[in-house]
Amino acid sequence: MGLPLMMERSSNNNNVELSRVAVSDTHGEDSPYFAGWKAYDENPYDESHNPSGVIQMGLAENQVSFDLLETYLEKKNPEGSMWGSKGAPGFRENALFQDYHGLKTFRQAMASFMEQIRGGKARFDPDRIVLTAGATAANELLTFILADPNDALLVPTPYYPGFDRDLRWRTGVKIVPIHCDSSNHFQITPEALDSAYQTARDANIRVRGVLITNPSNPLGATVQKKVLEDLLDFCVRKNIHLVSDEIYSGSVFHASEFTSVAEIVENIDDVSVKERVHIVYSLSKDLGLPGFRVGTIYSYNDNVVRTARRMSSFTLVSSQTQHMLASMLSDEEFTEKYIRINRERLRRRYDTIVEGLKKAGIECLKGNAGLFCWMNLGFLLEKKTKDGELQLWDVILKELKLNISPGSSCHCSEVGWFRVCFANMSENTLEIALKRIHEFMDRRRRF
Amino acid sequence: MTRTEPNRSRSSNSDSDKNSGNVGGGRTTGMRVIVPLQGVVQGRGGLFLGSVIPCAFFYFLQFYLKRNRKNDESDNSGEQNSSASSSSSPNSGLPDPTRSQSAGHLTELTGLPRSLSRILLSPRNSGGAVSVSGRVNCVLKGGDSSPYYVGQKRVEDDPYDELGNPDGVIQLGLAQNNKLSLDDWVLENPKEAISDGLSISGIASYEPSDGLLELKMAVAGFMTEATKNSVTFDPSQLVLTSGASSAIEILSFCLADSGNAFLVPTPCSPGYDRDVKWRTGVDIIHVPCRSADNFNMSMVVLDRAFYQAKKRGVRIRGIIISNPSNPMGSLLSRENLYALLDFARERNIHIISNEIFAGSVHGEEGEFVSMAEIVDTEENIDRERVHIVYDLSKDLSFPGLRSAAIYSFNESVLSASRKLTTLSPVSSPTQHLLISAISNPKNVQRFVKTNRQRLQSIYTELVEGLKELGIECTRSNGGFYCWADMRGLISSYSEKGEIELWNKLLNIGKINVIPGSCCHCIEPGWFRICFSNLSERDVPVVMNRIRKVCETCKSQN
Repeated sequence: MGLPLMMERSSNNNNVELSRVAVSDTHGEDSPYFAGWKAYDENPYDESHNPSGVIQMGLAENQVSFDLLETYLEKKNPEGSMWGSKGAPGFRENALFQDYHGLKTFRQAMASFMEQIRGGKARFDPDRIVLTAGATAANELLTFILADPNDALLVPTPYYPGFDRDLRWRTGVKIVPIHCDSSNHFQITPEALDSAYQTARDANIRVRGVLITNPSNPLGATVQKKVLEDLLDFCVRKNIHLVSDEIYSGSVFHASEFTSVAEIVENIDDVSVKERVHIVYSLSKDLGLPGFRVGTIYSYNDNVVRTARRMSSFTLVSSQTQHMLASMLSDEEFTEKYIRINRERLRRRYDTIVEGLKKAGIECLKGNAGLFCWMNLGFLLEKKTKDGELQLWDVILKELKLNISPGSSCHCSEVGWFRVCFANMSENTLEIALKRIHEFMDRRRRF
Repeated sequence: MTRTEPNRSRSSNSDSDKNSGNVGGGRTTGMRVIVPLQGVVQGRGGLFLGSVIPCAFFYFLQFYLKRNRKNDESDNSGEQNSSASSSSSPNSGLPDPTRSQSAGHLTELTGLPRSLSRILLSPRNSGGAVSVSGRVNCVLKGGDSSPYYVGQKRVEDDPYDELGNPDGVIQLGLAQNNKLSLDDWVLENPKEAISDGLSISGIASYEPSDGLLELKMAVAGFMTEATKNSVTFDPSQLVLTSGASSAIEILSFCLADSGNAFLVPTPCSPGYDRDVKWRTGVDIIHVPCRSADNFNMSMVVLDRAFYQAKKRGVRIRGIIISNPSNPMGSLLSRENLYALLDFARERNIHIISNEIFAGSVHGEEGEFVSMAEIVDTEENIDRERVHIVYDLSKDLSFPGLRSAAIYSFNESVLSASRKLTTLSPVSSPTQHLLISAISNPKNVQRFVKTNRQRLQSIYTELVEGLKELGIECTRSNGGFYCWADMRGLISSYSEKGEIELWNKLLNIGKINVIPGSCCHCIEPGWFRICFSNLSERDVPVVMNRIRKVCETCKSQN
């Protein structure tokens, strides 16, 4: 069997093949969203060493409240914070624990933190929390669980470019957009919902659910309560799921302006309504700890919880991380302070950038949450097309050395909108970015 | 359903004709029996019409009824079973779709405006219970009752503790290795153990999802040490991810399409059913190995399995081996590995070599040879078909820290895998901890050496103890398992007999072991016993418990 010398090593046509998943570009990483990051990587801005470098405004990372975290962790118990209350000897338990249920203390801490963010208007049961290595994984997991290959999820546009990968790549599920536009501040209308649903039906695609982000990425605005109620109603009528990605819930500037779908479900007893609702959350944005990779799925559906738990075997949160964060998140005094101050600082940043842009003659969508603003440069476009928008994006990247995200990469149906992140830099850097924009606009005006 | 279209016009004709009792020919009065029409229309025409018309009528009627019943609600629930997932058995554990269909009908009739409050009032929600994907079925159907999960739960509910709970269930099912000297390192170096002196901001940001370069370098160094330096692993060919399950699943996604299959020699790891098959839609074709061959792989049997699959129209994309093997703990010989490479080359398929126990080789006989060493001298085209899975958790007793690796020579696989790790990355504080722990070569050597010695001593004790009870094990040279022959204790030479014994071991002996059927072993009566989380003091306790069960079996038989 198998004498090596007798093999025909003809040509490279014998290259062993890979799967369709491996060679497809559904990972979506060729979009400008990611291309801009590359430009940044090659020439990153640095206050002292590279002041003319590319400023990264395409990454929604929250660095405004790091100091609060650092002080807490270093003050409380620097060793214990890593290993739990027992300090280094707790290492053994730490290292050995690998249960996909997740540490009970950590789940309780997450539940309590999520309640605090919603001002106590909804309760979270720790046993319904499933931990995943980031919200990315949580969204993919839910998609695997709620839909079969070739089914579809309805997602309002504009949406986070990562969804093209997270919801579609390995799952084989399609995204059918719910088109929203600036006429009503990009809120979801019942007509748009029905139209999207019909589009799917006409193409013989089975719709399994609606996935929204609340507060919205890239809009930086919360979803109105009435819209949420209509959405839930729609999902009940069509007998489909509702997934609410609330990853920015702790980044709403004024707590009163955020309504979580959990609040709406809180007052409903009918299980068949509740069990179609699922919430995704992560510590990456609110706590500014993206590297830690902590995400959760919260579902009111027992089957989904059970399956998600099992499936999370592929994407577990390290026990060290769970220990480290459990005590911090359950410290209510700290979390209350953190949430409050974080909100305040984000609001101030937002005001700074919106004012700054206004002075340069640029309007933004009225936002009230998140780490970015949704800027309208439609009036600058030579051609009111996607190409025109990409041209402008290219100019901004190459001339102004600002990496912002074009609306087309978020599948926005209106051209000319751009997402600009403001929380992943120092105040100085933000000033410099605004200055560059001012100069650019001045130059333009002269022509 | 498809017959309706061409026949519709005819059947509508025939409808009216039936009513008047006429077909084709002369128009006479009175109803005629539709079948057979041969009496009315002569010869073959009648035979044809006599069969086509009633069928067409039947289909048309169904179509008509369905269209009128069709509304938005019943759409979704009624078509439940048309989805792709073939492994789901309809409606097991899922809400009955027909319930929602009729409920949808209710809503149409009442004609009330659709609002949330009305839905709360109506006894049946307009849509009924919402359905989930076929994948959920898999879990709900089989998962809970498999010995693997049942045993696991028993251990969780009643875990053995030498002082606190001496009658608890001893875990011999799961590979945890608490033999390690990493504890000592951590106690000596608490600050390093935290984050290399970095502040939070140094570890909090987004980092490449496939792992920090520093960690890859450390892991490559560790793997090199594990092979006793016969291979030098290149960090740029590593992709890090949160666990071996994820690594295997990622490779399954990259190397095979839904509907394809991998060949897997059995007995094998119970985890493959989930890791390889669950979300990918890829299948496993088991290639049984026998005790007569010491459970070694036979190329002849492998070949046969390949061609049988081909005949059935199943495309084989690769073969998954484990070395040291799970559950036997045997080391594949160089000849074996070369033969395997030839096999893969001839059929142009991939090899996934699961080497997660490479650093836990404790036996004196045989040497561990990594697939990486075999392809070291081969041409590129063959290197590209080999992919190695490694798991820090096994060799370093770090299961909770979730860090494993894919090592490949295939740039496309690496590229796709890197992107896929956004969905299963290693947590950054964990990466930094690992960097501190395993970057130092002296540390690494110490871990590997101590690990080996401790495993060897427990293994020897356990095997001798079992021998005294009349239970032989296959020779294991690596990993955490004994593969024990308990055929003498089962009441009937069947899977049923094996499960009965497993039950006794769990409930009477209070030990959780994995029955061979979970490992897809074709011969009943073999059990996988994990010894890596036993201390010397635990071994006699385990022996006593097994002895109790043996006596129960003997008295019953």
